[in-house]
Amino acid sequence: MSKYNGTAAAVHDLVRETEVHRDVYVDQEIFDLEMEHLFANTWVYVGHDSQVPNAGDYYGTTIGKQPILMVRHTDGAVHVLYNRCPHKGTRITIDTCGNAGKFFRCPYHAWSFKTDGSLLAIPLRKGYEHTGLEDSEAVKGIPKVRHVKNYRGFIFAKLNDVGPGFEDYFGESLSTIDNMVDRSPVGRLEVAGGVLRYMHNCNWKMLVENLTDTCHPMVAHECSAGTAIDVWKKTSPGSNEKRPAAVEIYAPFMSSYEFFEKMGIRVWRNGHGHTGVHHSIHSDYSAIPGYFDQMTAAYGEQRAKAILDENRHNTSYFPNFTVKGPIQAIRLFKPMAPDRTLAESWTFRLVGAPDTLLERTLTYSRLINAPTSIVGHDDLEMYERAQEGLHVDANPWVNIQRLYDPAEAEQDTAVINGTSEWQMRNQFRAWSKFMTLSM
Amino acid sequence: MTGVVVGAPTDQELAGFVMHEARLIDQHRFEEWLDLFADDGYYWMPLEWGQTDPRLTTSLMYEDKLLLRIRIERLKGNRTFSQKPKSRCHHVLQTPQVDRRDEAANEYVTWTPMHYVETRLDEQDLYAAWATHTLAMVGGKLKIKLKRVDLVNCDAALHSIQLFM
Repeated sequence: MSKYNGTAAAVHDLVRETEVHRDVYVDQEIFDLEMEHLFANTWVYVGHDSQVPNAGDYYGTTIGKQPILMVRHTDGAVHVLYNRCPHKGTRITIDTCGNAGKFFRCPYHAWSFKTDGSLLAIPLRKGYEHTGLEDSEAVKGIPKVRHVKNYRGFIFAKLNDVGPGFEDYFGESLSTIDNMVDRSPVGRLEVAGGVLRYMHNCNWKMLVENLTDTCHPMVAHECSAGTAIDVWKKTSPGSNEKRPAAVEIYAPFMSSYEFFEKMGIRVWRNGHGHTGVHHSIHSDYSAIPGYFDQMTAAYGEQRAKAILDENRHNTSYFPNFTVKGPIQAIRLFKPMAPDRTLAESWTFRLVGAPDTLLERTLTYSRLINAPTSIVGHDDLEMYERAQEGLHVDANPWVNIQRLYDPAEAEQDTAVINGTSEWQMRNQFRAWSKFMTLSM
Repeated sequence: MTGVVVGAPTDQELAGFVMHEARLIDQHRFEEWLDLFADDGYYWMPLEWGQTDPRLTTSLMYEDKLLLRIRIERLKGNRTFSQKPKSRCHHVLQTPQVDRRDEAANEYVTWTPMHYVETRLDEQDLYAAWATHTLAMVGGKLKIKLKRVDLVNCDAALHSIQLFM
């Protein structure tokens, strides 16, 4: 029985102005349609070009459920290829990342391909003479993703031809990536410190919505952040003692509703948005000695201040990518099944800046986003309970009504109260649009 | 060779300490467990295979006594929803091997392969790991300077690990 397949109207009906139907989180068919349509019609983050600095360097990942790879070609461009041999389907890369040399060689039958995917050689090729190989799919080489953009080191790809171009899709939201890159005195980031991989038994969109859900930290994280504050109060010898980095990181999760209301949310079209317009939980971290001087030398004092005064909290890039500029961290929520999501946390070194910044970033990721993180445990418990609770038939609707404005759908961008759920509604409007674009 | 230092632990005492430490975790005797750490002690669970640097490579855990204390207090909390119901855990240790004993430097290192099970509700996860304890005598008692837990699958996509290995 197919409720939704090919029926744009049925998919649209799942998203009302202020509520969404639970099938978007629990239904297998909707998940399959997301993989087929949503993740093909949108610009999805692939990886960072510092992961493939040299010709032949590759990194294997996924878009939706499809294995892909990015590779640095001999001309310096980064290509994104579908990660399968055109012969029998074998995944081309063996390790997650590595160097292919001048060409990829399939480990099964040794068909070889240039690093732009084109076919280089087939062993015992005479066996294909007069077979019409030139008309086959196989002879085209490793299928290539046609729409790829390297934006200041960040590689995005769109699998389908339909849908907006890169600049049109992201628009002003790219200012968050700009700000993160500008935080390096030489304007360059490098992936560093390892990737934390945390498996969640919940739908991927719950992690996305939580990014701009500012009414949960003081509730769901009271047991973690609140306890951290209490323990520090009891153990610190004097009230003037400088808080350890860990307490600086935990404590702002207990900020008041008023703090989050005033911190603001900015929304952009196509489902992008961010928390922390005026200040954020990252605003009050201690200064890193020497860093501001490096920034002033590079940009001049005024510009350096402007860069560092941005304290955007979470920028949510639709569909499944998020950036924390002030701490140089990103997360990617990889959908595995309706009730299964892999959350990857990546961190960056600001080239030319003190490594103390990287150290703080790594501490943040470890304390907040690791499978061993107590804050992570708090969040996942809520997602898993929702994943279970949504099977109640008596009410199949999830409410996203907070500070709803009937005129908001007409607005491309706005700066609003930090506890608004406008960004969640914005995401679901985009979800509805990009799900059905190719139906 | 120096002579036997008075009060230096025997190999048997070192092994006994490691076994006792695991037992305290399994029995949720976390206050007693935390007392086993030296004031400057650390609990370290690397993220990378053969990781050498806890500072510029991230870890699953790299926690001093303050952070461990926060975890223990959190486990007791009334609003700690991820611990309602509470997780339980179970260690199976091989006999700890004494890799190094430096009585002059007051440093003793043991190596202990183990299986660790953590369970909550209907889920049960099995982990295989090696625990490396760096121990010292402090005030006449053995204390943990560093407990390093290397998971066999340290770099895998992991589910929540809520207790201590």
